[in-house]
Amino acid sequence: MGQILPFTKQVLKNLFSEPATTQYPFVQREYPERTRGHVDINKDQCILCGMCMRSCPPGAIKVDRAAKTWTINRFDCIQCGYCTEKCPKKCLSITPGYQEPGPEKFNYSVEVPYEPPKPAAKPAAATAPAGGTKPEA
Amino acid sequence: MGNRSIVPYGPQHPVLPEPIHLDLVLEDEKVLAAIPSIGFIHRGLESLTGKKDFNEMVYVAERICGICSFMHGMSYCMALEDIMNVEVPRRADYLRTIWAEMSRLHSHLLWLGLLADGFGFESLFMHSWRLREKILDMFEASTGGRVIFSVNTIGGVLKDMPNDMLKDFVRQLDDMEKEIRETTSIFLDDYTVKSRLVDVGIITGEDAIRRGAVGPMMRASGINVDMRKNGYAAYNDIDFEVITSNKCDSYARCEVRIGELFQSIDIIRQCVAKIPDTEINTKVTGMPNGESFIRVEQPRGEAFYHVRANGTKFLDRFRVRTPTFANIPALTQTLQGCQYGDVPLLVLTIDPCISCTER
Ligand code: SF4
Ligand code: SF4
Repeated sequence: MGQILPFTKQVLKNLFSEPATTQYPFVQREYPERTRGHVDINKDQCILCGMCMRSCPPGAIKVDRAAKTWTINRFDCIQCGYCTEKCPKKCLSITPGYQEPGPEKFNYSVEVPYEPPKPAAKPAAATAPAGGTKPEA
Repeated sequence: MGNRSIVPYGPQHPVLPEPIHLDLVLEDEKVLAAIPSIGFIHRGLESLTGKKDFNEMVYVAERICGICSFMHGMSYCMALEDIMNVEVPRRADYLRTIWAEMSRLHSHLLWLGLLADGFGFESLFMHSWRLREKILDMFEASTGGRVIFSVNTIGGVLKDMPNDMLKDFVRQLDDMEKEIRETTSIFLDDYTVKSRLVDVGIITGEDAIRRGAVGPMMRASGINVDMRKNGYAAYNDIDFEVITSNKCDSYARCEVRIGELFQSIDIIRQCVAKIPDTEINTKVTGMPNGESFIRVEQPRGEAFYHVRANGTKFLDRFRVRTPTFANIPALTQTLQGCQYGDVPLLVLTIDPCISCTER
């Protein structure tokens, strides 16, 4: 025979304690600083090398050297942080703040002010692998 | 002889969080046999090895399961480290151990909640999950993610937990320990709970071995197996006893998992006391070439990893056997001869995770 008492104690405690949940839309939750919410770029440091685009597992980033843009589809991004590891300039970071849901996936694009050094400029790697902003197959 | 009928159970069933299908052969209310079928949510993650290179596969491996996500990432990295002969810095080993035990805590609390829900004790379910929430908050503070942590990398871990943070976690766990003790005493002592668990779904030690059960399912039948005793990560520095029970029933499985909650807290405490100050990862260069087998103890039992690499950036073969898969034969044994009303409970007692079984 077990006891019947153990739960009674918990019931009494519940009656006199504060709710464990928060009133969400009125009380916003504070995220710890490490929260992986979304990828941010410090565009002044980017050299448009395309490492982030090549390393991103779901292919959410697109770097266009000709148009000088860095584009991310935040709906495809899985917040893995691999791009921030790979970026040679360490100009990508993951910061709190999740992408809000929406009716369709859209791209977020920034123009990068990078000027390639004139003399040694190679016409290199503007060919984007098929990944691009396609959703994961 | 009563009326025989076959009742399809699942893949969609109110008590099942995940889709498994059982054909139950019933005689009146008694289950004579259960024939499982799986494969409803196959995702083909293993075959992604042909498309994603071995570094990107870390993030794929993590997504095999939403509960043991850390351990899947860790085991995959351990396999690659084994192939590439990488020595992981000691601090990384300790951090992995801490996160692995936190995963065990949150998995077992989740399971206790589901079990309570399974036998209709709604408020107990809420309480277990309230406790689990605190572990998730700790995960978020330390890794940045609540479910998928992305802190493993081949050669170590990506994020360090500063010693202050570790101390703070231990303090929080100390407080939680009391609350866990209070809540779990209801599972262990309450009359109504016991009436649903004791002597239900018995599987003897011999049967458990014969059917190849793993993890708490095996330990609840009195068999002492725990892959952590093989000493991967930092477990060889940690002092702990494998928790077993000789009762062989559902109550025993509950008891073993509850015991492991306190054991995990203790292991985290020991790790925090002993953690050395070293680097947290080593740089890994080159391509993997070779083959490795890794066995780790996940909250649900032993997971088995096979990775074969061929010297290019794409792996040849990547294969995972998850604990739920190994426990399904044992489940069919426990179902034989049980009452129909106990089926949901018995399915829950193996702590099924079908998503990772089918990957
Ligand atoms: S965080 Fe991961 S998924 Fe998101 S953009 Fe970076 S590499 Fe791609
Ligand atoms: S890896 Fe860094 S520097 Fe290179 S394109 Fe991406 S953001 Fe710019």
